[in-house]
Amino acid sequence: MDLTIKVWRQNNPHDQGRFETYQLSAASQDMTFLEMLDALNEQLIHEDKDPIAFEHDCREGICGSCAMMINGRPHGPEQEVTSCQLNMKAFKENDVIVVEPWRAQSFPVIKDLVVDRSAFEKIMEAGGFVDVDVSAVPDANTYPVGKDIAEESFDAAECIGCGACVAACKNSSAMLFVAAKVSQYALLPQGKKEGLTRAWNMVSKMDELGFGSCTNTGSCEAECPKGISLAHIARLNREFLKAGFHNLAAEKR
Amino acid sequence: MSITGLFLILFLIVHLTVNSMIVFDDTGVLFNQAAHFMATDPIIGIIEPVLAIGLIAHFVFASIITYQNQAKRTITYSGLKRYKQKDSSVGSTWTSRNMYILGAVILIFLVIHLINFFWKMKVSGDPLLEEATGLGGDIENAYALVTTKFIEWKWLVAIYVVGAIALGLHLHHGVWSAFQTLGWSNRKWRTIWNVIGIIISVIFAGGFAFIPLYIMIQSMV
Repeated sequence: MDLTIKVWRQNNPHDQGRFETYQLSAASQDMTFLEMLDALNEQLIHEDKDPIAFEHDCREGICGSCAMMINGRPHGPEQEVTSCQLNMKAFKENDVIVVEPWRAQSFPVIKDLVVDRSAFEKIMEAGGFVDVDVSAVPDANTYPVGKDIAEESFDAAECIGCGACVAACKNSSAMLFVAAKVSQYALLPQGKKEGLTRAWNMVSKMDELGFGSCTNTGSCEAECPKGISLAHIARLNREFLKAGFHNLAAEKR
Repeated sequence: MSITGLFLILFLIVHLTVNSMIVFDDTGVLFNQAAHFMATDPIIGIIEPVLAIGLIAHFVFASIITYQNQAKRTITYSGLKRYKQKDSSVGSTWTSRNMYILGAVILIFLVIHLINFFWKMKVSGDPLLEEATGLGGDIENAYALVTTKFIEWKWLVAIYVVGAIALGLHLHHGVWSAFQTLGWSNRKWRTIWNVIGIIISVIFAGGFAFIPLYIMIQSMV
């Protein structure tokens, strides 16, 4: 299939960047979107041009690397699909495809489509972990977890940290990401130890790193390749309130 | 935003109830009695400044949050406009993205509304208020003021309809969003709040738009 690809090219974080237009005929509808970019890169290399830098790793929709805005939508036009699993069947012959990196203050562009998402790591460092009892091996069934709770927690744990929520949000808020991480631990007995501080610490870190606040528009949920629900944000808000009261009480003491 | 917003909804309920007296009683006696109660009741007197504070807080918080969030979204998708792409806002409602603008429209309406009625009833007075109510005593004829204004100046009716629609759209997102922010939501309740939000927005938009239209149409028949 013949395609016109308009890609954001930026040599380094300080470069102004610009769109460049490429014609590609080597693509086929059997390819994934990233394979199409691979084909384009091969063509660029043959033409002695700099290939397009983009992140990729697992190519099976679970690592969250393939962050890019395709035709104005994070991970492209299909629902709950990452760029790497986006089939070129979603496009037609002679389509114009516009590819841009994530845009957010907290995600500076490193090169072309690659952005620095270490802000997410910093949020995780602030509370996205559980304390684990070491010493003896725990007995079986020490921590009984109901099936519905386990499933809800797993739904949250499906978050791959790709940043599509931030990219889609008009406020560049990372609330859906934080909510997924908080929800994942808040529901399980293993996560209770830090339960009273986790939401507060992670949200404070998010604010500090320059992400906006949540105004419940729901763009994040609509664009999330893993379908993380806004219900997790409601849980985050509950956990945040709980942590706030806990902090107040601690201050009084 | 959520707490002040929900508080303001309580006020809207009282306000629409009092206003609906205009429709239920064409002689204006019922409305004048209700308006007199609202003006003289000591509990309402205490709640009134709290309401003003709630409204100001709602506006101030909204301004701060909107300013902060816009400052966070300094880099936008240049490809969107340039290549006329649909953007990722497809997943969100128009009202949710334009709450501040809708709020500004409501605020402008509110200023016009207060100058027209609240100011005259509370401060400056108006010859229409002095008209006999048939109730005796020093009860002001608020009914005469309200109905005469809408009959005399048709554009005022249009302003009120626009204000009511803006309020309805604001509440369409505001109601469910308030409960979501407070954490009183989950997968099931989200749908319930959404439906309640739509019902509330239709009642308030419809109710507040209907009253001036009713007065105007009634005067023409």
